[in-house]
Amino acid sequence: MSEDTVFELSGHYRFQWEPAQSAYVLLYPEGMVKLGGSAGEILKRVDGASPVSAIVADLERAFPGVDLTRDVTEFLAHARDKGWLRVRSA
Amino acid sequence: MRATRGGCVSARPEPGPPLWLLTELTYRCPLHCVYCSNPVDYTRYKEELTTEEWLRVLREARELGATQLGFSGGEPLMRDDLETLAAEARRLGYYSNLITSGVGLNERRIAALKEAGLDHIQVSFQDSTREMNDFLSSTRTFELKRRVAKMVKAHGYPMVLNVVLHRLNIDHVGQILDMAAELEADYVELANTQYYGFAYANRELLLPSREQLERAEGVTNAFRRRMGERMKIFFVVPDYYANRPKACMNGWGSVFLCVTADGVALPCHEARMLPGLEFANVRSRDLRWIWRDSPAFNRYRGDEWMREPCRSCPEKGRDFGGCRCQAYLVTGAAENADPVCDKSPHHNLIVEVTARVREGTVNAETKPVLLYRDDETSRALAGKSKTPVA
Repeated sequence: MSEDTVFELSGHYRFQWEPAQSAYVLLYPEGMVKLGGSAGEILKRVDGASPVSAIVADLERAFPGVDLTRDVTEFLAHARDKGWLRVRSA
Repeated sequence: MRATRGGCVSARPEPGPPLWLLTELTYRCPLHCVYCSNPVDYTRYKEELTTEEWLRVLREARELGATQLGFSGGEPLMRDDLETLAAEARRLGYYSNLITSGVGLNERRIAALKEAGLDHIQVSFQDSTREMNDFLSSTRTFELKRRVAKMVKAHGYPMVLNVVLHRLNIDHVGQILDMAAELEADYVELANTQYYGFAYANRELLLPSREQLERAEGVTNAFRRRMGERMKIFFVVPDYYANRPKACMNGWGSVFLCVTADGVALPCHEARMLPGLEFANVRSRDLRWIWRDSPAFNRYRGDEWMREPCRSCPEKGRDFGGCRCQAYLVTGAAENADPVCDKSPHHNLIVEVTARVREGTVNAETKPVLLYRDDETSRALAGKSKTPVA
């Protein structure tokens, strides 16, 4: 993964806000992952167009004063390994 | 008891949302599977909910926080309003799953369901061979199911391939997995039979031996290592060979809500057989009341209802005393510990069954024939309903 990598949600997953759980969730065949606050904020910005650097910059604008590069790249790698995300081919 | 912020006293914590809504749209089915989980007296419940009533169920459950929606049955494709329901499900924000035998799916309907926004299709097979598939379902459906599986993939759906395992097909697990890979399944569920409904009536003919089970697990694990992430394989063990019960439904009235073809709301698809509980119909009550306030949904929430050995068991928060329906079917009382638990004073009733399977004495002393799920059998078994059927 580099700062230019563009991620998108894998085909079978849907990402949405669930008011009843006050959380973002990932839905897939017969299953659900309830996301923690920061995971939800990161995935909300994964749109199949923004590179990692843009996602980090946007998060740092929303949550000023912290360097988030490492947290974001670690989570994105985790989400890719879990199969939630895939790298968008150029 | 706990005090709420307003100073009122509440007997129990507020239940969380019913995350899983299973709609058994119809009990009609072209198949006659020997392990069907529908109530053995399903022929009694003929008056299916209308389209409007199902739409209201979808809306009310979504308001309570349901996210996963299963269209099941019977065979849900027997309903010609499935496309309408799928469209409403998508609009409401459900992730919708069609759980089907494949019978009734054609190019026109699969395209219409995609257009409506159906998210996923689970296709069941009875076996990897035409002979056994068709024997177990008492139909000629094997080739049709293969065509349907290919159609599901061609239309870009994720596909779960589901095979219910038992003594007659568990030795074919390797071939079943080869077939799943060939059909490009994304997920495979090798679900050992759970012994309720017709499966309970056929229990001694369907339960595999421990040796068969261990062989099948070995084959599955080897296949997993070979396939990696390409195909996810779930292997559900038969709890008769466990020494602790499953956390059935993740606890009664905890996350799972089932609405039957005729509108009865249940905390699990088997609960209707339990005596002494009145399950409300969605025709007369709204789901919010049913889920949060109805006596039946509160009956086995928490642990106040438990008897020993569950009541003082350090593991009660993990498995909730197992399955109420299994406790009732095998021991005669739903409040008892699930008898698959080796702490249960009734555990011997499970051990005796597995021992008969091991010794091969089953056929001689118990039911010699498999009961198929068909209307005639259902009507015969209905005469004995609200009592264990085997």
